[in-house]
Amino acid sequence: MDFTDEQIERYSRHIILPEVGGVGQKKMLDARVLLIGAGGLGSPAALYLAAAGIGHLGIVDFDVVDLSNLQRQIIHNTERIGTLKTESAKQTILALNPDVEVTLFNERLTSQNIMRIFEGFDYVVDGTDNFATRYLINDACVMAGKTNIHGSIFRFEGQVTVFKPKEGPCYRCLYPEPPPPGLVPNCQEGGVLGVLAGVIGNLQVVETLKLVLGKGKPLIGTLLIYDALATEFRRLKLKRDVNCPVCGESPKITELIDYEEFCGVSR
Amino acid sequence: MMPVKVRIPTPLMKLTANQSEVTAEGNTISEILNNLDNQFSGIKERICEENGSPRRFINIYLNEEDIRFLDAEKTQVKDGDEISIIPAIAGGH
Repeated sequence: MDFTDEQIERYSRHIILPEVGGVGQKKMLDARVLLIGAGGLGSPAALYLAAAGIGHLGIVDFDVVDLSNLQRQIIHNTERIGTLKTESAKQTILALNPDVEVTLFNERLTSQNIMRIFEGFDYVVDGTDNFATRYLINDACVMAGKTNIHGSIFRFEGQVTVFKPKEGPCYRCLYPEPPPPGLVPNCQEGGVLGVLAGVIGNLQVVETLKLVLGKGKPLIGTLLIYDALATEFRRLKLKRDVNCPVCGESPKITELIDYEEFCGVSR
Repeated sequence: MMPVKVRIPTPLMKLTANQSEVTAEGNTISEILNNLDNQFSGIKERICEENGSPRRFINIYLNEEDIRFLDAEKTQVKDGDEISIIPAIAGGH
């Protein structure tokens, strides 16, 4: 595929970067990235992935836009309250960059549909809001060999890392099992500084683009912690656990599990 | 006894009067956790199982390293070390 004149102009600030160039921009246009959640993390992620010219974006969400989302979910707007988040996100993406082909999945991820949805995507950007889905995504990524670009936020603190099967640890190498209900803060007492979702969601995009381009050092085996109040980034080393229940030497988990969702049901 | 810096994650800051960074004393991670609990009653129970090992959704790092890959709770600490308590967080919506 050759670039059109319009594409050369649209992506000119990328193409002139030696690390990107025409070859890198082509890789981005050919890339297939699945965004799980069109919420706090998914909104900025979808916008910047689309602007960058990621050629195929999948979006999974079953929720509708709510007024209380708009403090941080910048892909939606006031007029879209009550409409499906997937549809709202698609409208915004296509208005920003018609080069992007968008596939929508208006469904809640389960062990039954996740492999079908994952098919055809190389990268999964996890922007969900509950442990049940995060463990499901992790296990499915390990089993299907997909790279998982993980981000999570709480109040003024965020975490980002990349789980690449075989090359680095997975989520269960860090935390073998989801926490039991009651030992983690529930969503109502959670709260989040809206822009924190922007910082973390965009860091997920940076990592995704590096992976697509094959440039730089992605956060494989490193957990990046951002403390917005202290204005501090910390890096912690993550290692593969040989006893990991899903990616270890003798995995105990060989089938997908639907944990009961106890935090983050809808908005 | 070595005083070391301990980073407290947001979900546990209620127990440390909203401090994200505290000082604790001890020669091992285990001693540090006991000392923390003396200062901030109830915090150890939030971090550890009854047998004293960290809960499965919380990791403890000595500087950049996960103590599970060092000597776990018996890992020695020295002056100037920094300990981070990092729980799994799920938010993203």
